[in-house]
Amino acid sequence: MKHIVKIITLLVAISAVWIGLLEMSVVPRSQTWLLPIYFIVSLGCYGLLMVGIGLMHFPTCPQEAVLLQQDIVEAKDFLKQRGVDVNSE
Amino acid sequence: MEDVRPEGGAGDKYSLIVPTYNERLNIALIVYLVFKHLRDVDFEIIIVDDGSPDGTQDIVKQLQQVYGDDRILLRARPRKLGLGTAYRHGLKHASGNFVVIMDADLSHHPKYLPSFIKKQQETGASIVTGTRYVKGGGVHGWNLMRKLTSRGANVLAQTFLWPGVSDLTGSFRLYRKSVLEDLINSCVSKGYVFQMEMIVRASRKGYHIEEVPITFVDRVFGSSKLGGSEIVEYLKGLAYLLVTT
Repeated sequence: MKHIVKIITLLVAISAVWIGLLEMSVVPRSQTWLLPIYFIVSLGCYGLLMVGIGLMHFPTCPQEAVLLQQDIVEAKDFLKQRGVDVNSE
Repeated sequence: MEDVRPEGGAGDKYSLIVPTYNERLNIALIVYLVFKHLRDVDFEIIIVDDGSPDGTQDIVKQLQQVYGDDRILLRARPRKLGLGTAYRHGLKHASGNFVVIMDADLSHHPKYLPSFIKKQQETGASIVTGTRYVKGGGVHGWNLMRKLTSRGANVLAQTFLWPGVSDLTGSFRLYRKSVLEDLINSCVSKGYVFQMEMIVRASRKGYHIEEVPITFVDRVFGSSKLGGSEIVEYLKGLAYLLVTT
């Protein structure tokens, strides 16, 4: 099944529940009407929250840059001895 | 725990495919580091050079003198023909039963190769993919904008595609050769959306995928770019994957 079909199925299921709620009037209609908006807003909030959390905990590795520079020096030395032309352009 | 040798399973051979374009210095450094970190492993490095004008191929020939032209294979192409076809081209010449794909710009450090191999041997996975977004992984050299774009792209993909892996656009990966052949024939995207398509299709096909943490130090020599057109390409890729996988 294509992925978009899965997502549409999910949306249809949610809509069905929503229409059910509207019809049965368990909650006052005026509030049920607003549920899709709540849904979209909370989806947006979830997205922003995840991006925010991701940014806060963005894994960085400054020490790796230092280690890489050491590796580069080591590699250049070795290759120069072996006659490989590693002079920077 | 089973007894697993950390490096070099019996009879396994690894073909490293490295596409290059103007990576004269970087390719030499990469080759040195690969030989340094993969001591007891049977491997070959296949360099697919797209007619670099900076003399990348001359350097590769010098490296062949040092390391042997059975370990370093130069499979050049006349001009820039794109990443996806570079892998396909390299794959034709690969003699290993596993293939590693990595970038030539040193953002993928060869020191992680043993952990890819070890992970594959421990789990029997068909694909081991490097991820920057878990403990032990990380990125260096990105500004806030780049991080924001990356996180946004990741949240979008995780929300809509449910790919089952934490880092979709990373391209440091180890594949079982037959699996890569299968995937590469079903992928049509270009650029780095190609990397995303590969891993999403692999996940949909039910291949066993494992992850290992890697660190990513942004280009040391040369510059990397991420502009508006990349973002548009990404969104198009996302939509494409939504309707085709």
